[in-house]
This record gives sequence, structure tokens and C-alpha cells, in this order.
Amino acid sequence: MSGILNSSIGRKFAMALSALFLMVFLLQHFAINILSVFSPDAFNEVSHFMGTFWAVQYLLQPVLIFGVIFHFVMGFVLEIKNNKARQISYAKNNGAANSSWMSRNMIWSGLAILAFIVLHFIDFWIPEINTKYIVGDMSGMHNGEFRYFHELVEKFHSPLRVGAYVVAFVFLALHLLHGFNSAFQSVGANNKYTKGLKTFSKIYAIGIPAGFIFIALFHHLTGH
Amino acid sequence: MNLTLKIWRQKNASDKGKMVDYPVSDISPDMSFLEMLDVLNEQLIEQGEQPVAFDHDCREGICGMCSLYINGEAHGPDRGVTTCQLHMRMFKDGDTITIEPFRATAFPVIKDLVVDRSAFDRVQHAGGFISVNTSGNTIDANAIPVNKHDADDAFAAATCIGCGACVASCKNSSAMLFVGAKVSQFALLPQGQVEATDRVLNMVKQMDEEGFGNCTNTGACEVECPKGISLENIARMNREYLKAAFKG
Repeated sequence: MSGILNSSIGRKFAMALSALFLMVFLLQHFAINILSVFSPDAFNEVSHFMGTFWAVQYLLQPVLIFGVIFHFVMGFVLEIKNNKARQISYAKNNGAANSSWMSRNMIWSGLAILAFIVLHFIDFWIPEINTKYIVGDMSGMHNGEFRYFHELVEKFHSPLRVGAYVVAFVFLALHLLHGFNSAFQSVGANNKYTKGLKTFSKIYAIGIPAGFIFIALFHHLTGH
Repeated sequence: MNLTLKIWRQKNASDKGKMVDYPVSDISPDMSFLEMLDVLNEQLIEQGEQPVAFDHDCREGICGMCSLYINGEAHGPDRGVTTCQLHMRMFKDGDTITIEPFRATAFPVIKDLVVDRSAFDRVQHAGGFISVNTSGNTIDANAIPVNKHDADDAFAAATCIGCGACVASCKNSSAMLFVGAKVSQFALLPQGQVEATDRVLNMVKQMDEEGFGNCTNTGACEVECPKGISLENIARMNREYLKAAFKG
């Protein structure tokens, strides 16, 4: 098993595992965020639990950060290696004849998502870490009530930020439209279930980002 | 048909190379693509110029020698055919056709449209075989029962002619469809089990050492493959590799 990450298939397998993990995380993140549309109280409760429960904070959060960093770094490593594998480009290349735009541009949709994650961290994660671990306020309260829902709504006042989020989610959908099935192929799963999985992947790849767009627009327009 | 050909000309492996335009006229739509190039070469020879070098052998889609990246696609715009099986009826009178060699760091250009695909041979030598005792008591392969589905899939994988269209079409110049087919054709059969672990580890190692890129599952290889080799073979190779790598 030694040196498995030094092989092309090993790297592909690791890339797929981190992708599968991130897709599960994305579903969980969406499930919590959609609560903010239906019940601010439920959103506050779950957010407080996720923000203070030790296993989430000290176990899952580091794993998630590692997963995100690994996926990006491995993506860049693969891109550099793949560029080296063809140093002279074709004068005429008709990529659209045999593959989807999404599959050929994962690095660009990935970079757009990376830019979004930086914005998202500045918006939510860094202030959260500051409040909890620098200031030391683990109460989750502000002016006598939970602060999470108000913080969320406040962020979506700015049309510029909402616009940036919407664009980022479109890129996320494009990334997932190829990435979802690709991850299964990479771990060796191409069988009688693949056709059904492709249908499910389209629902997931469009549905989850569309849901996130809905949440951002909902709070921007209703401005509770 | 009157056509303009934009062809990659390169004197030798160290030459920089460039695209050169050639007009050709009176081309029959029933000619094969290589016959059309033969016509061009006759013209060039008559004019005292160097003919365009290109690979070919059987000219019936079996040997895997012909290559060519035609109008941005390996083996041209038709499906399920090699360049020698491509006909001029796929093009229109007055078309400009761009003809390039297969591009990959692992397939260096030797001259004009001819590339060195011996990297594939080295991958094959690394494990694309089974060892059979031929000392006089060889067991007939048909004596061992094989599941019909496995036999069909193994045969389908074995139809790979190693032309390199998968590498040429892949945006990453990955050879995984080729290696996947070669691993699969043995992995599916009882005769291939004895050397299964070493085979996949050694072939993938050699593939990586040759400088082929990493597969990102775009599926371009499957579409452009003249023999319709399926992506299922890459998934099978991935499974075989992971099984072998964890086994050690």
C-alpha cells in the first residue's frame, strides 16, 4: 500500500474520497440553512449546537478543514501534472464534441468556489471563531437572544454579497454536475446503478446550489 | 471536392514544426482520408517537395497504426472508426481540414504526423500478458468455464487496438482507457487471476512513469475510441488497483 498517493489512481481515489466527504457536508450545511427559511428558532438551536458541541468543533471541523484544503491542493497538483502531460497544445481542438464543458473546466469552477470559500470564511467563520475562541463568548447570545439568525439575515442585506453568492452557487452547480458522478467512477463504482446515480447526481448538483441561492435571495428579499 | 489542408509539418523530433496550408482538388467523397493524403503526397512528390509522413498499415481499422487529430478530434469527426476508415464524405466541398499529430508528452513527434507510441508497448510489457506453461501439457483455455457476461466484457476490452486516440482526446493526456482495457481483459478471466496483483500495479506504475496525465473522467476517450472501449474498464482498473495496493 506504500506510496499509493504517488500513483495516478491513488491520487484519483483520494480526490474522490474528499469530494464524497464534501458532498455529504454540503447536504448537511444545506439542511441546517434551510431551517432559517422555515423557523428562525430551529435554525438558532441547531446553529448553537453545531457551534458549541465538542465533537463538531474539535473533531468534525478540523476534518472538514483538512478535507477542503486537501481537495484544493490535490486539484492544483493534478492540474499541474496534467498540463505537463501535454506541453504542445493542438492548433484546433474540438473538446465539445466528446465531453461536457463542466468536465473540462473543473479547475475554473473550483477556483470560483475557492474564492467563494474565502469570502464565506470572512463573512461567517472568522467572526464566529473570534467571538467564541478569542473573545471567549460561548453563549451564542446577543441582547438577550440567539445571535445566529440575525447575523445570517444581516449578511444578506447587501445585494453585492447576494450577487456574489448566487454566482458562486452557479459555479458550484457546474462543479457538481461533473464531480458527483466522477467521484463514484474514481472509486471504481461503474455498474448497473450508474444510470440511476447519474439522474440523482443531476438532482443533487442543481438542487442543492439552487436551494442555497433560494435561501440567500429569500433573506435578501424578506429581510426579516 | 476541393479542400484546403492545414497540416503539421516537422522535419524531425528536434525540429520546432509548424502548420502548413496545402490545397487539394478533385478529391472523391468515396476516398478514405488516407487515400486523400496519398493524393496530396503524389502532388508533393511531383513538385519535388517532401511528402507528409503519417502512420498507416492495415488500412482496415485493425492494426492501430493510423492516428491523426483531424479538425480537433482523434480519428476525425466520425464515430467508431480509425483514420483509415474515415471517408471524405464526412467533409464538404470547400472545407478547411486541420490535421495534427496525436499530442502528448508521452507520444513525442518523430516526423510530421508520426508519433512514437512505444510508451504503450512498455506499459504492455509491464504486465499486459499471462504466463502459460507451454512445456507440452498446456491446458486448453476453453477447458475452463467462464461466465458469459465476463467473457463478453473481456472480449470487448480485448478489442482495444492501442491506437492512442484515448490519450490524444483526453485533455489530460491520460492513458487510463488503454490501460483499463488491458487490465480488464485479463482481470475478467480465470487465466488472468494468478498475476492480477502484480499486473495492475506494474502497468499503472509504468503508465505513470511514461508521463501520461491523470484521468478526470471527462469521458472524451470513450467517445473518440474507434473500438468503443467503455469507461467501465477504467472503473474496473481502479478497483483492481486499489485491491492490489491495499493487499500490498
